[in-house]
Amino acid sequence: MTGVALPRAGLFGRRRVAAAGSRPPRERGDSARSFLLTFIAVVAVAAFLSPLLRSITYALKSTDQITQAGTPIYPADPVTFSYQGQDLPLLVVPLPDGTTKTLALFEPGRKASTFIDPANAAAPPITWQGSWRTLDHVWTPAPHWENFAKVWDLIDYPRLLFNTAAIAVISTIGTLLSCTLVAYGFARFRFPGRSLLFTLLIATIFLPAAVTIIPTYTVFQKLGWVGTWLPLLVPAFFANAYDVFLMRQYFMTIPTDLDEAAAIDGAGPFRILWSVLLPQSWPVVIAVAIFHLVYAWNDFFGPLIYTAGKVDIQTLALGLQRFNGIHFREPGLIQAGTLMTLIIPVVAFLLTQRFFTRGIVITGVEK
Amino acid sequence: MAAPSVARPRYLPRFSGLAWRRARWGYVFIAPWIIGFLAFTAFPMVATFAFTFTNINLAQAEPLRFVGLDNYKTLLSDHQTWESLGVTLKFAALSLPVAVGLPFLVALMLHSRHLRGPGGFRVLFFLPYVVPFVAGVFIWNGMLNPDSGWVNGVLEAIGISKPPAWLEDPTWIYPGLVIMGIWGIGAGMIVYLAGLKGIPTDLYEAAKIDGAGAWASLRNITIPMISPVIFYTIVLAVVEVLQYFLVPLVLKNGTGEPGGSTLFFNLYLYKNFFTFQNMSYGATLAWLLFAITLVITLILFGTARRWVYYAGEAR
Repeated sequence: MTGVALPRAGLFGRRRVAAAGSRPPRERGDSARSFLLTFIAVVAVAAFLSPLLRSITYALKSTDQITQAGTPIYPADPVTFSYQGQDLPLLVVPLPDGTTKTLALFEPGRKASTFIDPANAAAPPITWQGSWRTLDHVWTPAPHWENFAKVWDLIDYPRLLFNTAAIAVISTIGTLLSCTLVAYGFARFRFPGRSLLFTLLIATIFLPAAVTIIPTYTVFQKLGWVGTWLPLLVPAFFANAYDVFLMRQYFMTIPTDLDEAAAIDGAGPFRILWSVLLPQSWPVVIAVAIFHLVYAWNDFFGPLIYTAGKVDIQTLALGLQRFNGIHFREPGLIQAGTLMTLIIPVVAFLLTQRFFTRGIVITGVEK
Repeated sequence: MAAPSVARPRYLPRFSGLAWRRARWGYVFIAPWIIGFLAFTAFPMVATFAFTFTNINLAQAEPLRFVGLDNYKTLLSDHQTWESLGVTLKFAALSLPVAVGLPFLVALMLHSRHLRGPGGFRVLFFLPYVVPFVAGVFIWNGMLNPDSGWVNGVLEAIGISKPPAWLEDPTWIYPGLVIMGIWGIGAGMIVYLAGLKGIPTDLYEAAKIDGAGAWASLRNITIPMISPVIFYTIVLAVVEVLQYFLVPLVLKNGTGEPGGSTLFFNLYLYKNFFTFQNMSYGATLAWLLFAITLVITLILFGTARRWVYYAGEAR
């Protein structure tokens, strides 16, 4: 069956009679191409991540700045000028002679306002005809870190963080335990029905969750588990297709020689798994752990249906949604909460990205 | 494709005493999954199917009874079902080319030997994949805001005076949701990239000697060689898009706004179950979704023979 896609002569049109050695050096063209492609990649990645940048700037903006038009793109406060014990806002005022000047608004009026020249505060106020509301403020960069502190208190961040972390860690332990055992069973033992069962396992990846959720929910409700963490934790201890597949593929790349040597020395199957296979498998163990941690951290639907109404046991994802329902008029707070929800999985990914991407490669390519 | 038939079925070899002992260990180790599969997949699937012939509705306290095909009759006459299915299919048609094609394009770019610092780009393009989806929804909701969003800011800056209202507009919301979805290209991109790295370079060298340009190499080597990866990505993307509903659920609180445009099939299913508490009808919708997914997946697997190439293997 080989050879289906091997290059056939003629597939690529006429053969050119050009010896490899006669080709001119292409270094000059290559570096221009490198520059162009790298430039395109930089622009693409900047556009791709720009929503994150917008979120960061909004998280640091005051609600005042967000609700006004014509404010800077960066977090900033209007500059004021202290005059006779008052803080007057500085505005950019176009003067009759065609120039503009930065003046402090002294007495705002609908048709005309008076201004103080900060450079010459002792002079009498200048009267300016027109609506001061059309004038631009002078801004100075000012990050409003207090948005994060506000969100911290408003959504009870420590509690949500604890809940999220506890659910993620416990279900990750369950996943590691169960998937290691199941993957070991599929990778190292021959038994009747093995390939059928393995196919069944893989098929569950393609099964829509809707077709199992209704009875599952109903049973959990009858057991009194709805409104607790149990529906989020217990299924993790019964393995899942993705992680079993990942671990099995990894185990199968490890030669069986050491297993056999250990078996001859009298080691039982558990002992071989623990002392022979696992010490060689830590990259896949880390990959599964980080996969499941991120999955559990980001899960929304499970906590949504099983912890509805129980604020005390909810996760960050749900807390953020609830917060958005209340504070949607304060985008600065929403974006601060959003960043506080995503920071931990993002940092976890950056620290472990090698294992992460390798794990995806194993599940994706080898199917 | 027919393998030479063997008289003895494959799984009835002479299992010696020792082999049986090993086999028993195999069952012991896979037991957690077997139990989980029975409890969380097999039993619920059968139960869901059984529900479709009953009248389980937590909102009304009718006694449980067998109603035959009533739920299926309701299904046929329920225009909301078919409208929501239309919404899902419309969105699928728009989002699938992006979900399958964009990660491929990015992977091609990252794989190019002309790119400097591919590792850094790979990490950055993957990064949003780990952003919790609720957080992603709120970030993009701001980004696509008609007044304060940067997308329209850029569009206005390049001279488009009336940019779309995106998520507030019943037509533009679909491209808006597709744009939101591009943050999920990470996994597909990594898988494509690994596929690209697995293509032997001598194929390209041979093609070059044959006078093939970049386009011919892409069409005649790259795409056939990574067709299994493309196939895998298409199947997963189809299964996923048919179940799409969480983003509109969070974005519009499940109202289907604007103008019913976000009442996706799965959202309607979810509402029947959790809001109206009509378990039986929800179960009927779930089986419809399952049937549609199964049929499309089987069709895809049927076409795979013609265009998916598995190196050196008869699958």
